Amino acid sequence: MSEQSAVRRQRRKRLAARSFEWLCLTATFLCIIVLAALLSGIIYRGAGWLSIEFLTNGPSRFPDQSGVKAALIGSVWLIGLTALISVPLGTGAAIYLEEYARPGILRQFIQTNVSNLAGVPSIVYGILGLGLFVRTLAIGDTVLAGALTMSLLILPVVIVAAQEALRAVPDSIRHASLALGATRWQTIQHQVLPAALPGISTGTILALSRALGEAAPLIAVGALAFVSRYPLGPMDKYTVLPIQIFNWTGKPQHDFQNVAAAGIIVLLGVLLCMNALAVFIRYRYGKQIRW
Amino acid sequence: MCAAVSVLTTLGIVVVLLSQARGFFQEVSLVEFFTDTRWTPLFEQKHYGILPLVSGTMLVAAGSALVALPVGLCTAIYLSEYAAPRFREVVKPVLEILAGIPSVVYGFVAVVFISPIIREIFPSADVFNAASASLVVGVMILPMVISLSEDVLGSVPQALREASCALGASQFETIVRVVVPAALSGIVASFLLAVSRAIGETMAVTLAAGATPNLTLNPLESIQTMTAYIAQVSMGETEHGSTGYNSIFAVGISLFVITLLMNLLSQWVLSRMREKYE
Repeated sequence: MSEQSAVRRQRRKRLAARSFEWLCLTATFLCIIVLAALLSGIIYRGAGWLSIEFLTNGPSRFPDQSGVKAALIGSVWLIGLTALISVPLGTGAAIYLEEYARPGILRQFIQTNVSNLAGVPSIVYGILGLGLFVRTLAIGDTVLAGALTMSLLILPVVIVAAQEALRAVPDSIRHASLALGATRWQTIQHQVLPAALPGISTGTILALSRALGEAAPLIAVGALAFVSRYPLGPMDKYTVLPIQIFNWTGKPQHDFQNVAAAGIIVLLGVLLCMNALAVFIRYRYGKQIRW
Repeated sequence: MCAAVSVLTTLGIVVVLLSQARGFFQEVSLVEFFTDTRWTPLFEQKHYGILPLVSGTMLVAAGSALVALPVGLCTAIYLSEYAAPRFREVVKPVLEILAGIPSVVYGFVAVVFISPIIREIFPSADVFNAASASLVVGVMILPMVISLSEDVLGSVPQALREASCALGASQFETIVRVVVPAALSGIVASFLLAVSRAIGETMAVTLAAGATPNLTLNPLESIQTMTAYIAQVSMGETEHGSTGYNSIFAVGISLFVITLLMNLLSQWVLSRMREKYE
């Protein structure tokens, strides 16, 4: 091989390396640009439609009189009930798996089961809710049925988050408590749970914010798209923000798309607040405990 | 006690889906379900062949994979191998925002922004088309591909990189010949999980891909996915106990089986990789 062709090969190799790095950098920036374009497009379409009336009006046939009040209150009801159902169940399951269950086939089985449940499409939870809660238990298309369905959906996420928080509590705390004569339950109640609480609440808030944005299962359990009044109790009919947005997006009139964009801004705003709360809890309380 | 709930949920899914689907399969034979090429449960002439729905689902999943996998992998490689730590600290939270956006928002984006652009370029495209759905679903699963792939790339032992560089390989050669092959099974697992998520995605495809069960490979046509069919029927006034109503459970169980298989496969691939390096 002549010296010249060796040099040329060297140069070509360097060029390939350089362009690969640029390719990867471009991909990274592409992701960021897509996000920026997405958000600015939505703000451009929706910001002009955002007003106090938009927050206090119910749905309407006319775009300029439409508002998110009924949907917003419906979402609050749904998330509140979902939290009431899924947090005790999820934390309980995590405590069992981490503190009580002995390593073995049963625990392995439950663990695999939990991680597989997290991968089931949300619409499948929806028809499970439709078959189980709405029809078989005859709860009907009420907030309660929606919240039960939503709880099943986020339960795996809550369990995994709570398990991680419990696992982060060092064993020395448990041993010290047991050595002082506390029972197993007293140890969990007074030592382990308080120490794991910030982690559990952070994970739960993130799971609930996922439930807030989720619409597919609620379509199946009958969250109505046009509800003029908001729910007053768990057995009322309801609609939620994502369903309302879905409904507006599907309308042929151009103006309703702007209303949908405004609804999306409200939804993203609420989600942002919830995530900020989770981050706040993680930093504020996570640092207090030192081992 | 409480852990039983998760097991009960799984059992519940299987039992509810199976019992409702049994009503469906009493009227429609399995042969028709799997081989008929038409899906028209809401028309006068009823046909129950799931193939058009499956092909619609796969079309969107393949399209979104085409968008998400190369971009996601390149981004993961950049973040894990090239990027300075401070750059990574800024970019990762930004990508997490992308992951937190609800799917109905992606549906809105597909209908309002993407679809008009596609019709501008290809005037023959339908208003609702598989391509716009694929694009947004691709963006949707992107954060998942990035974070999972980056995790596995990061878990490749530093010693391997050092050994490769010590033998005279450049950074590019190290990445392409050593790091990526070492992390390959984890990357494949992340791809599988992401595609399984794309298959199960509902809101964006219901809004963007249309509602015409259509056995086609043309992404510019209007199609219907399995998830979108379930959403459409459960939104409408289909009578409880009718074949149309029961059909969503039959479609649901097919969907459940497909995604479960993909998730199990990805777990299996991942567990094989772990054995290698620990």
